[in-house]
Amino acid sequence: MEGILTGLSAAFTFQAIALVVLGCLIGSFIGMVPGLGPMQVIAIMIPVAVGIGDPSIAMIMLAGVYYGAVFGGSTSSILINAPGVASTVATSFDGYPMARKGFAGKALTIAALSSFAGGTLGAILLTLAAKPLADVALLFQSPEYLAVMIVGMTAVAAFGERGRAYKAVLMVIFGMILASIGEGSQFANRPRFTFGYVPLQDGISSITLIMGLFAVPEAFFLILDPKRGQYKGDGQSKEINNMRINGKEAKEMAPVIGRQSILGFLIGVMPGAGATIASLMGYAMERNIAPKEKRDEFGKGSLRGLTAPETANNAASTGSFVPMLTLGIPGSGTTAILLVALISLGVQPGPALINDNPDIFWGIIISMYFGNVVLLILNYPLIPYIAKLLAVPRTFLIPFVLFFSMVGAYLVSQNPTELYTMIVLGVVTTLLRLAKFPIAPIVIGFILGIRMEDNLGRALTDPDYTGFSFIWQRPMTLVFLLIAAAMLLYPMIEGRLARRERKKARDSQVTQD
Amino acid sequence: MLKKLAVGAAALVATSSAAHAEQLVDSIHFLIPGGAGGGWDGTARGTGEALTGAGIVGSASYENMSGGGGGVAIGHLIENADSMHGTLMVNSTPIVIRSLQGVFPYNFSDLTMIAGTIGDFGALVVTPGSATTLADLVAAYNADSSSIAMGGGSVPGGMDHLIGAMVMNAAGADATKIAYLPFDAGGVALAALLSGEIEVLSTGLGEALAQSKAGEVDILCITSDARVADAPDVPTCSEAGADGAYFVNWRGFFAAPGLPDDKADAYRAAIAAMYATPEWEAVRARNGWVEIHNPGADFVSFLENQEQIIGDLMTSMGFL
Repeated sequence: MEGILTGLSAAFTFQAIALVVLGCLIGSFIGMVPGLGPMQVIAIMIPVAVGIGDPSIAMIMLAGVYYGAVFGGSTSSILINAPGVASTVATSFDGYPMARKGFAGKALTIAALSSFAGGTLGAILLTLAAKPLADVALLFQSPEYLAVMIVGMTAVAAFGERGRAYKAVLMVIFGMILASIGEGSQFANRPRFTFGYVPLQDGISSITLIMGLFAVPEAFFLILDPKRGQYKGDGQSKEINNMRINGKEAKEMAPVIGRQSILGFLIGVMPGAGATIASLMGYAMERNIAPKEKRDEFGKGSLRGLTAPETANNAASTGSFVPMLTLGIPGSGTTAILLVALISLGVQPGPALINDNPDIFWGIIISMYFGNVVLLILNYPLIPYIAKLLAVPRTFLIPFVLFFSMVGAYLVSQNPTELYTMIVLGVVTTLLRLAKFPIAPIVIGFILGIRMEDNLGRALTDPDYTGFSFIWQRPMTLVFLLIAAAMLLYPMIEGRLARRERKKARDSQVTQD
Repeated sequence: MLKKLAVGAAALVATSSAAHAEQLVDSIHFLIPGGAGGGWDGTARGTGEALTGAGIVGSASYENMSGGGGGVAIGHLIENADSMHGTLMVNSTPIVIRSLQGVFPYNFSDLTMIAGTIGDFGALVVTPGSATTLADLVAAYNADSSSIAMGGGSVPGGMDHLIGAMVMNAAGADATKIAYLPFDAGGVALAALLSGEIEVLSTGLGEALAQSKAGEVDILCITSDARVADAPDVPTCSEAGADGAYFVNWRGFFAAPGLPDDKADAYRAAIAAMYATPEWEAVRARNGWVEIHNPGADFVSFLENQEQIIGDLMTSMGFL
């Protein structure tokens, strides 16, 4: 308790407030550039943080940068279908269609509110239960991670239109094949599928893939049909700016936020998962438990489909601080960089931190509340202006997006092969879209496939199990697998029952559809 | 032509200005075979910062060239050797392993070896109370080989796997068949150790030290030839019963093939002079690096010896 007070007193100084505001602004703007996610932005800001000297205040600023960058990434997903990082890919599934329908302002508002709620509820969970949760995180081993990712895989079902499920499955497999190029897997001690071409040995980076799948095809479609996709809200620009969420929508968002804050946070706590997996799982879960008519909206601009990943990825980002602060284990790329920053500031996170440096431990947690509030205050009034971006004619907007995508993809690796890969992927994706294949399952297969391979490989290698015996030797694994099966089968059974009902109704009443 | 003039001018400057640390090299272009923010990147930029800050080198520039796990940069250095006399490429232990695997179309011995500058020792880590000594671990493994799973941050057949197996072998176990679980980052591997998924973790001393100070893990032994100042209580693997299990995970610098001897020696002299400067000490302390200096001919024989050790291990474990 005393520690919380010390943390509060550190956060409520002029210097801290000024720095968190600055951090949020920098994070929001840099985070909008495709390819520059929270990890890169924090890496850029570390020298500044180390220069500040006081670890609590430095971390408060970095928290601002962090949340700002996460929100900036969501903005580009929603407005231009160019998710800057993997953890906001799920945001584009419904955020972009919603913006295309003319509700850009509303989509951004939902994203901002969900992010705020996810981050804040996550911080509350962190305050209450950091220590016991760290022990829960250690219950998870490779078989559980594998099972959790299989649950996340069920998100793909959202993209299998009736009778076209095979297309979604094909795209997942395509994504998995793309991920297996090079040496991405922990079990690939020789490069795979590179055809002896050395620059391909590092595989396809997730940024290159996302740009190739989302941003580049937009440009090709612009060339194919310059009028296509011109923003529908142009004539009624009032709608673009309209941020209002009515009571009915708020009521629909609330339970999603509640569920996804907790689920996302718990997934974030596990060192082998993180925000990307949390957002995909949140999306999958909300789709599968939604009532029939709401479920059909997923992928076409669903309110729930946007709220879920936005809440979950922010809650997970907060959750990933649990193993870092209590065990000194960085569970994600971003927390690994923050760990480096803390060590440079002379702080060694670990079990002793909470007792030895309570001011720093609580200062970091307080800074999360702070970062979330400041971000909401800063960005909320800006939403109408950010949404206006869509009023820019696409003939100007798309080339800019393409330019920034290429710069982003090149900067991360400085490997020109990434650019060629991006263009090739863009061409292939354009053709796939013309043939009415869903694109999102490619990303899901790409992100989850390689991690599933690693975890499956470890589970099969572990001498504790013989073959697949981990499925029944580890009860938690079994439970997750059953959940995955239920998620897949339930809509099918429900759909069949509904059809039977409808048929009955049609037999008696002729004019119904 | 201009370059030659510049070098000539630099030689003049070098002989005339002996006030500060003497400038030995006019400029160095560091070629980094991986992206920004990685271990290679930090080593090159930190070394460049110390060299220029101390006035030993006039200026330094950096180029990240990732791809092919470092293979693209090596290829670039070899194919453009004649025009790259001003370039030093940073690299580390995996170049030996990758060369042996034949993954690169080139071998590290195609390059001019300048010097090994820093390094880290391997460490075998367990959770407190599980096995108090290396002998206990080996006894448990010999009694029931399926009771021990080893984890590490490299692929199977990669560095962590090889070091762990080497220590176990030297201590009297047949570790060629030990179950090895690869993890993609040190932090996740550590979580696996604490969760009981793996019984022993093969990692670097630098990574294990902080955790051991926090009391979360025990370090069974390290692959150094003598105890280190940072961890005086931790025995070397030889002391712990793994006789001759010595391994250094080094980082160092290479230059283009066919680099004239005088230029190679100038680079080596610059690096040798760097260690005594306060600028280097600041960089070294900030990164927690351990100085393991192997200049010139020492570096060549060190690498040949390491290639021999790794090659034998990989052959006996069926990776070659």
